[in-house]
Amino acid sequence: MLGFFNKQKRTPDKKARFASADLGILVFENTSEVIQAEKNLKKAGWSVRVMGPPPEIQTGCDLVIEFPLMEELNILRELGNINVLPLQVVPVTAPLLKPVSLFHTKDFGDYLMVRAANMKITIDKRDMIIVNISGGGCPDVPYLAQEMVGKTLAESPRPGDLGHTLCGYALELAYEELLVR
Amino acid sequence: MIGIVGTVPDLQLPLIHGKARLVDNHIEIKGRRITVNRCTPALIGAALKASECLDCPEIYAFLVGDIGKGDGSRKLYEFLTRHLHEFDFKVLTFHYLQPDVDWHNKVLFAVETMRKRPILIADAGFMYAAKMSGQSKSYDIFTPDGGELAFLADELAPHPFYTRGFILHHNNNVPDLIRQAYQHQNAAKYLLVKGESDYIADEKQVIGKVDSPSFEAMEAIGGTGDTLTGLLSVLCGADFKLTAAAVLAARVNRWTGYYANPTPATQVIELIEKIPQALVKLLNERNGEDNNGR
Repeated sequence: MLGFFNKQKRTPDKKARFASADLGILVFENTSEVIQAEKNLKKAGWSVRVMGPPPEIQTGCDLVIEFPLMEELNILRELGNINVLPLQVVPVTAPLLKPVSLFHTKDFGDYLMVRAANMKITIDKRDMIIVNISGGGCPDVPYLAQEMVGKTLAESPRPGDLGHTLCGYALELAYEELLVR
Repeated sequence: MIGIVGTVPDLQLPLIHGKARLVDNHIEIKGRRITVNRCTPALIGAALKASECLDCPEIYAFLVGDIGKGDGSRKLYEFLTRHLHEFDFKVLTFHYLQPDVDWHNKVLFAVETMRKRPILIADAGFMYAAKMSGQSKSYDIFTPDGGELAFLADELAPHPFYTRGFILHHNNNVPDLIRQAYQHQNAAKYLLVKGESDYIADEKQVIGKVDSPSFEAMEAIGGTGDTLTGLLSVLCGADFKLTAAAVLAARVNRWTGYYANPTPATQVIELIEKIPQALVKLLNERNGEDNNGR
């Protein structure tokens, strides 16, 4: 653990980190860890948001967490407590890709569909049962559909808990949008 | 043969490959049964159902269990890079796989080692990786929906999740998004864009538009895009020209809705069951007209 912190502190871009805007990103091994880290950091009251990685560290289905650099040690300690440590901590030196924030809603009468990015979730308004999940292209989509379709919004597992990819994360956003409607 | 590559949400499913058949609404490969619900099983189910009415090659599937962690996808990618050259496919369709540019490139190299280059169709996660790799032009057909088309049109987005808002706002202007996708070289030779209206396009123009019959509820049903890609794969394998196959696939997919009378709660298997009825109707109509497309 200490070695990890030392390694971060020795990174050659430390100067740049402080010279640039006061934001950094946490890079994780996979999207599941990002989702877990975001959930716990937000729960603990940290001001963080999920963003797209800069091109030089994109590998595929990626998310990173943007955070205030001044809080690096505290945030890493928080993540250490849940054993979800980032692979890298990198300063933000250029604008990051923003996740889709547009929601599209379609009312079918008895049914309501919400779309976030490429993911759609549809419920029966009469009993709040999830009747369909569509869209997406990552392999957790069929898994999430298998686990969620046929259950009520309240009893269904959350996509943020089961998902592992950007499609799963998008479905979580659509699910949250349904909850507030 | 028609090759189909994808994943199944079952961690217990090892990498399997073999000729696929439909038994009691399940896909059966080498004695293993897989439920047809959505995603790659729906694609294969639709392809098998359509093949009952067509003179087309057998369907050979490569499947692996993956729930989104990517481990199954990577096993499958690795297998394909080592063994694709041993197969002879007329059509090869890539579907739900964890998007991974490095593995995508290795698989594309492996395709080049095949004796005869198959017609290459990409959809879902593999299409995302193909776009990110900058090698979209190596494919014959991509089958995006409206949101995915906006992603193809956005030269900076590495995933539909990051499509920039001002491009997403153009979601309803499909021809414009098609133009942008080609302009940035992020489209295959042909695009079959599924949506309220289905568009078939190449680099120069929109070749066809299919918008009837139309059922709003189908947008909510998980798997309708997958069945379209399955139909397209089979029709390409049955010697239809690519654009004729795309138009016919779009029409058949819509007519399954006509026969199933869908609601947003309809499950895709109910549509797949109607494929023979829809396909036979449209083939008969086609035989009554000219056969230019074939």
